[in-house]
Amino acid sequence: MSYRTDLARVVGLGSAREGVGHWWSQRVTSVALIPLTALALIPLAGAIGEPREVVLETYSGAFDAVVMMLFVAVTFRHLQQGLQVVIEDYVHGTVKRTAALLANTMLCAFFGLSGVFAVARIAFTGG
Amino acid sequence: MADVNRGDRPLSPHLTVYDQSYTGTLSILHRITGVALTLGSLLVVWWLLAASADDEYFALVDGILTSWFGLAILFVSTLAMAYHTLNGIRHLWWDMGYGYELQQVRRSGQAVLGGSVALTVLFWLFAV
Repeated sequence: MSYRTDLARVVGLGSAREGVGHWWSQRVTSVALIPLTALALIPLAGAIGEPREVVLETYSGAFDAVVMMLFVAVTFRHLQQGLQVVIEDYVHGTVKRTAALLANTMLCAFFGLSGVFAVARIAFTGG
Repeated sequence: MADVNRGDRPLSPHLTVYDQSYTGTLSILHRITGVALTLGSLLVVWWLLAASADDEYFALVDGILTSWFGLAILFVSTLAMAYHTLNGIRHLWWDMGYGYELQQVRRSGQAVLGGSVALTVLFWLFAV
């Protein structure tokens, strides 16, 4: 049994039972993406449309590789958070909503990690 | 979460009873650009995976991204990204408690719209 009062258990947690955790985490990833977008998009724009050697060369450097891995990881985390809010707003019914939220989490994790893996493979093995 | 409107009770008037306002359009555009950027993000991941794999696979994905259709998606994605980033900064500014006067909201909206077009054009002129 818990000795905490009912009030202490519920304060700040709201109907989603996680307080402002999701909201705050979404702001954190959005702030992180401001510099990451600028740093990642310049080399990316230089590499898209170039021969494969140029792409491999671009992400062999430690800085561009780390920035790109961070950019992909934070982008897909932010995407997961954003799509979660959209699903919560528009998908109704406990079963459908839960299924959509699970699919969103798993797909974003899968594709985000795939992007990080690709950059790591280029950086470590040269492709 | 409880399902709303059990017992088919009447709902209060919703979106359809209002005229769509300029600020409201910018607001929904933030969500639309965010969802739409899913496509561009997946394309970039696919391209990175192909580059890390082998020449043949890279040629396939590179061909799709540099076709007129691929380039059109990339161009619209950079426009959406510029808007979503600048409007996101506008949202962070609001989160800190600033810029809520009607005049300020309209002005910052115009700045975001103009800034997105300018950023996109500059990006494609100089970075690409």
